Amino acid sequence: MNFPEELKYTKDHEWVRIENGIATIGITEFAQRELGDIVYVEVETVGETISAGEVFGTVEAVKTVSDLFMPVEGEIIEFNEELESSPELVNDSPYKDGWMIKVKLSGDLPEDLLTAAEYSELVGA
Amino acid sequence: MIEQIKKIQLNDKHVALGAKMAPFAGFNMPVRYSSDIEEHQTVREGVGVFDVSHMGEFMVTGPKALELIQKVTSNDASNLVVGQAQYSCFPNETGGIVDDLIVYRMGDEEYMLVVNASNIEKDWNWINKHNDIGAKLENISDSISLFAVQGPLAAKAIQSLTPTNLSEIKFYHFSIGKFAGVENVIISGTGYTGAGGFEIYVRNEDAEKVWDAIFEAGKQFNIKPIGLGARDTLRLEMGYCLYGNDINEETSPLEAGLGWITKFNKDFINSKFLKRQKEEGINKKLVGFLLEEKGIPRAHYPIVNQNGQIIGEVTSGTMSPSMGIGIGLGYVNLDYSKPGTEIFITVRNKNLKGRVEKLPLFKK
Repeated sequence: MNFPEELKYTKDHEWVRIENGIATIGITEFAQRELGDIVYVEVETVGETISAGEVFGTVEAVKTVSDLFMPVEGEIIEFNEELESSPELVNDSPYKDGWMIKVKLSGDLPEDLLTAAEYSELVGA
Repeated sequence: MIEQIKKIQLNDKHVALGAKMAPFAGFNMPVRYSSDIEEHQTVREGVGVFDVSHMGEFMVTGPKALELIQKVTSNDASNLVVGQAQYSCFPNETGGIVDDLIVYRMGDEEYMLVVNASNIEKDWNWINKHNDIGAKLENISDSISLFAVQGPLAAKAIQSLTPTNLSEIKFYHFSIGKFAGVENVIISGTGYTGAGGFEIYVRNEDAEKVWDAIFEAGKQFNIKPIGLGARDTLRLEMGYCLYGNDINEETSPLEAGLGWITKFNKDFINSKFLKRQKEEGINKKLVGFLLEEKGIPRAHYPIVNQNGQIIGEVTSGTMSPSMGIGIGLGYVNLDYSKPGTEIFITVRNKNLKGRVEKLPLFKK
């Protein structure tokens, strides 16, 4: 399974890419495989500032509903609107076209973010 | 004590096929091979095979066989001919349902009951408890494998495996014959998908041979293995009940829309109560519904009216792969049970508009 080196990961299976104070966030390849076909991504927190570990949205697969957790603290400045009509992008391209939100970072990065190697070990893949 | 998870006969084959396996009803079962949605469409449009060997099978035989079945089931088995099957349920003594099942008439005094995997032990104890008339009972669940070959191309895909003319097996009828070189295979015109097809009952020792033959014969029809994930979306599009979700020990068969398998021309367990309930009328009813707004209903979400008052509860829900909208089943107050009635489903504190829809929810 693919876990890009340049990303950080959480135990809840989100990934985060940090560039110039902006974090882009999605769910991992492992997460999308476990969930199966993603049929709905709901994020209604754009404009809100949310702490690391808090829920920022919901992802629904055919059989399951899962909360999405903030890997970092910051203001949600953008939701990937493409997911409204094409939630399957999360399955097809979890790290690129299937990104979920962009966050303007505030505060320090949490210390418990995982490297690709650590996350890979966590999920045993 | 940790409960032992049972393996079905072809467990290793499913793992080798890349299935995601998960515990279901005490068995390690294939949930998905590739994608729930793709597998769903394969069954709706082509042909796919479910390994549902977790299901339970009881043989009821002897001169008292019919009498016992008439006593413990709600449907009227007395009009079954040999080679015919019927959907039925075991009513409990308190107005609910012990399980739903299929009754097969195998011979003059020989019947097979096919029950849900999650209820095998409970059902077995239940019918034994009520067998005070001396019918012979045998639980053969652990020796039988069951493959559901479902979809519009099912008959074409497997016809070459049997001399039995599959197009002559009518819905809820079956034939016992040679299949894939194996004798005494039950080929049943039943299923849980609404897509047509057959359910094939074989002994465990013949399971691999039969499974492989089905895939070899079906290759030119692009036959695929299908997981339990797609089984659930397929049955829900048809509005078929799932025990544990839509029916249980508390739900009346009349409330569940199973009046058509509840026959009062005979006595059965709790028939007096159910007959009175029928005469006096029910207060709530299981209905199918569609969401008109974007969202997905799930079990236990509240159903409310325009004023936000709770009028019922969702028992099963999903995104319909065939229609691309949220669909579900749920109990509502009788006043809201008519097809076309506007209802709302509370999804994460928002009331999404939907409407009661006549079953099946997916119309071909």
